[in-house]
Amino acid sequence: MAHIQLSEGLPGIRGPLAFSPETAHPMCHLAEALLRGHSTLTLAEREMIATYVSAQNDCYYCQTSHGSTAAEHLGGGSEEYELVGRMKHNCEAAQVSDKMKALLALAGKVQKGGKFVTTEDVERARTHGATDKEIHDTVLIAAAFCMFNRYVDGLDTWQPRDPELYREIGKQTAALGYVARDWKLPLSTTVSK
Amino acid sequence: MAHIQVPEGLPGILGPMAISPETTKALRELVEVLLRGPNTLTAAERETIATHVSAQNDCCFCQLSHGAAAAEHLGGNYQLIDQVKSNYATAEIPEKLKALLSVAGKVQKGGKHVTPEDVERARGAGASDKEIHDTVLIAAAFCMFNRYVDGLGTWQPTDPQAYREMGQRMAHEGYIRAN
Repeated sequence: MAHIQLSEGLPGIRGPLAFSPETAHPMCHLAEALLRGHSTLTLAEREMIATYVSAQNDCYYCQTSHGSTAAEHLGGGSEEYELVGRMKHNCEAAQVSDKMKALLALAGKVQKGGKFVTTEDVERARTHGATDKEIHDTVLIAAAFCMFNRYVDGLDTWQPRDPELYREIGKQTAALGYVARDWKLPLSTTVSK
Repeated sequence: MAHIQVPEGLPGILGPMAISPETTKALRELVEVLLRGPNTLTAAERETIATHVSAQNDCCFCQLSHGAAAAEHLGGNYQLIDQVKSNYATAEIPEKLKALLSVAGKVQKGGKHVTPEDVERARGAGASDKEIHDTVLIAAAFCMFNRYVDGLGTWQPTDPQAYREMGQRMAHEGYIRAN
């Protein structure tokens, strides 16, 4: 059971989002702007940064749901799911661009704490073609997931372990995004079987 | 100089906020509802939680500006905020706030550090589910704000008077404003 009374049947962040609609509103708009707004980083790249940071923070719900969303943006096949799985464990060895490796390394520093980011980390990203806006967005995505992960685990939310459920969450989120969703609906009515 | 090009003369978070209007709108709305929205925790208590977490994260700009906002909500009682920052357990604050600061400190370390005992202690001191929720989210949000500010290597003034003025604006005008 979660640390506070949340509606039953809502996994992960959905419980607290439904509990507190007035904070849910700006949080969902933040996720939408960061992960789906206009950017030269692809949707899959941004979801991968979110997934990597959530894995570093050991947040099961966030790393699995955003990992599925990243894989769905890449095509949704088993190869794409495997790529995301490997990236989570070792970003330097993953089949991603050198720019992405540098941005993932930067995100990993932000996860440890803002002051861990060095001029060299930023220069490495820039050398591989990252713009100031891409560096800004990477830092803010990493920082935002240090919030989302703590919100989900700090309230000890219900986090089911069914892989099929996360696949459906990934498909839905890749298609619909983060705003204009009714987080109060139990998953059984929003997930198609 | 910051890690990326931001307008000069804007302290702390205001630099990166100036180059990213879409995310800034959401961030300002979030901090306004968390720290100044209708709540059974006072604005001073919520700013104190934000200050404590920012101090634990060693973010100079956030702890000084939110510490000033907390003090300004208390009629300029900077001494109390200094007490809380150095050791909240012995500060002249209610038991409920001490228990909530302890929950916030656990969230700062990582969500999984929060134990049922931490939550029970807060509840025993009179905290409601909503207050526990808000404490966890304020602490989590400042783990984001602090990383945004320091992760981009922003310029952070050292003059205490600058923070006093920021604190007054934050306390009395809030967070939904042009800069």
